[in-house]
Amino acid sequence: MSVSDVARQTDNGARHLSLAGHVGFDSLPDQLVNKSIFQGFCFNILCIGETGIGKSTLMDTLFNTNFENFESSHFEPQVKLRAQTYDLQESNVRLRLTVVNTVGFGDQMNKEDSYQPVVDYIDKQFESYLQEELKIKRSLHNYHDSRVHACLYFISPSGHSLKSLDLVTMKKLDSKVNIIPVIAKADTISKSELHKFKIKIMSELVSNGVQIYQFPLDDETVAKVNTTMNGHLPFAVVGSTEEVCIGNKMVKARQYPWGVVQGVSVENENHCFVKLREMLICVNMEDLREQTHTRHYELYRRCNVEEMGFKDTGPECKPVSLQQTYEAKRQEFLVELQKREDEMRQMFVQRVKEKEADCKDAERELQSRFEQLKRLHADEKAALEEKKKLLEEDQSSFKRRAAAQLLQAQSLTANGKKDKDRKNSGFM
Amino acid sequence: ARPRSPWGLSDPYDNNEDQDKEYVGFATLPNQVHRKSVKKGFDFTLMVAVSEGESGLGKSTLVNSLFLTDLYKDRKLLNAEERITQTVEITKHTVDIEEKGVKLKLTIVDTPGFGDAVNNTECWKSVADYIDQQFEQYFRDESGLNRKNIQDNRVHCCLYFISPFGHGLRPLDVEFMKALHEKVNIVPVLAKADTLTPSEVKKKKIKIREEIEQYGIKIYQFPDCDSDEDEDFKQQDSELKESIPFAVIGSNTVVEAKGKRVRGRLYPWGIVEVENSAHCDFVKLRNMLIRTHMQDLKDVTRETHYENYRAHCIQSMTRMVVKERNRNKLTRESGTDFPIPALSGAADDTEKLIREKDEELRRMQEMLQRIQDQMHTQKEAY
Repeated sequence: MSVSDVARQTDNGARHLSLAGHVGFDSLPDQLVNKSIFQGFCFNILCIGETGIGKSTLMDTLFNTNFENFESSHFEPQVKLRAQTYDLQESNVRLRLTVVNTVGFGDQMNKEDSYQPVVDYIDKQFESYLQEELKIKRSLHNYHDSRVHACLYFISPSGHSLKSLDLVTMKKLDSKVNIIPVIAKADTISKSELHKFKIKIMSELVSNGVQIYQFPLDDETVAKVNTTMNGHLPFAVVGSTEEVCIGNKMVKARQYPWGVVQGVSVENENHCFVKLREMLICVNMEDLREQTHTRHYELYRRCNVEEMGFKDTGPECKPVSLQQTYEAKRQEFLVELQKREDEMRQMFVQRVKEKEADCKDAERELQSRFEQLKRLHADEKAALEEKKKLLEEDQSSFKRRAAAQLLQAQSLTANGKKDKDRKNSGFM
Repeated sequence: ARPRSPWGLSDPYDNNEDQDKEYVGFATLPNQVHRKSVKKGFDFTLMVAVSEGESGLGKSTLVNSLFLTDLYKDRKLLNAEERITQTVEITKHTVDIEEKGVKLKLTIVDTPGFGDAVNNTECWKSVADYIDQQFEQYFRDESGLNRKNIQDNRVHCCLYFISPFGHGLRPLDVEFMKALHEKVNIVPVLAKADTLTPSEVKKKKIKIREEIEQYGIKIYQFPDCDSDEDEDFKQQDSELKESIPFAVIGSNTVVEAKGKRVRGRLYPWGIVEVENSAHCDFVKLRNMLIRTHMQDLKDVTRETHYENYRAHCIQSMTRMVVKERNRNKLTRESGTDFPIPALSGAADDTEKLIREKDEELRRMQEMLQRIQDQMHTQKEAY
């Protein structure tokens, strides 16, 4: 649903023209319906009632299927909600049905806050729709709408009046959801008692200002049947998942020694089960969805958006308000971003420190190796010097000896020649 | 007992099989939706744009023919002299029409004189601005507190009239369509098609389709039909896609042809029948625009064009805000559209710290380098 579906305003300025033939836009509703069928429908129903009062059984009977149910215990510490989603199909219509049941409602000793989880759940669905609406890139047309369209409130068949828990809870919910009160396990109430019980309940609701869902009377085709039905509220229901053979058909019924109570019955005026299904599903399902969207959701949105700082003062102020709103949202985002940035920075600084330490170590190592190499160098150099010196000494001593030898050799040869000469002169 | 809708148009449980099967009854939902929509009524905004002057291409005649009514009763036609420096004034005509219980509030947005003045550069800007204004107004209304009386004036479809007297698209046509193809659904129409023979029409269509592809113009795309539709429907669907641009002829007058009274144009050489598919694509256009795709045109406007505008609007608003806030601060400019975080004082210190550390690292690296060089040279010395 879009916002312009909220209400189409009647334009006083447009003129009315008559057509000279068949243009063909009377197919517009069909075009719209085709698109809806293509998209599929969704319906969310919330059942509030005490443990064991027959919520799940009624859902089974109403939707003619076997939802996975199990008996809840009476000893839940607080009220919880359990939601289950099912995809159903009939003819060419697909329905995504979500059934939400309360668990442990009415079981606690202190029931002051029993309504709170229910209110929180309903608000949460509104909130997530609102969030989607406020997104920058949003896709509302295929958003799975989880907002609660109808709330069946199960009244215990005491036969006398409402319980205080019922009043308190319904008062908290009547501005958030379409409440349809039903009298559960109505096969314990006799015909005359039922009539009195209904009157008592309705008068208690009225005197406490509880606004339950009224079937719409604005459309002539359904106004009559809806008016009658409004007079039958709250509906007395009997749910049954067992089948009993009546005549030659198997019908859903409860078999007692004193007779059979049919879960689905047309003739039986007291047990208005078939009316509930007709009212809820065949005639008014779309209206329930529309009321949820245009009344309850808009109220929620208005309250919340006002908190965010919107002002409805006119077109000039709008951009500023929008800015403020988006700023507020951005602040949260920025704070988060800032936090993450700080964490990253710290990590970075730490890593830098570690790297520094590594570098210093590496430097020290290099330095020490350098020193080592230098020393080695020096040692080698010294050793080489030694050798050089030795070599030089060797060289010089060799030279000396060589020179000495030479001298000796020279003197020897000179003496030898003199002797030879004397020898030769002595013979004459 | 079968569930029945009190007004059942088509009761979904009518078939004779499975008489005993028990139904829940939610297949009546479409009927409920139908009923509510009829009660609420519909609205549609159609923009007509011609590039050659108001009385040139039969735009008003076509609109009258489409809706079988006279929308332009009291308009005045300007002569050429008045049109030289005429500004583009966008006008709206809104009418309420009803057919078989279905009410339609129809708004026709005229762009008269567009392209008629001598200098036409950027004359489509006022048209684009108009479309944006409607988006903006809707955006504001939608974001307000009280949303009960929102008027939706967004333009759902733009019929762009292409002149049949040229060879295809003109530069003005291309510029106009490109300026608007992401704001509105453009349906191109080949105007005054009775000046073209069938083969000329065919050639022109092919050429125009090629040029549309070549220049990257995104015209309105018909949704593909499901694979499980029957063959007839698929055939119709592909024929429709191949008829773009629709070659149309409009007429406000009824003439007598072959013993029947039809809407048409009387020429010495024959009678052109508006609703004759062999003569022009009027019927195809009307069926597409009104009878089959009107809702889809609205949906595409809402879900695509408007959403794009809105997203763009929000992002540019936040950028503006951020720029103002950070005018005196150092920011890191990022290329994304996300808001740029402003650095607070504490973060500045860490930044300084990091810079100092960078310096130190660099110094140490230089030192290391020097030592290495020293070693090298000393080694070589020995």
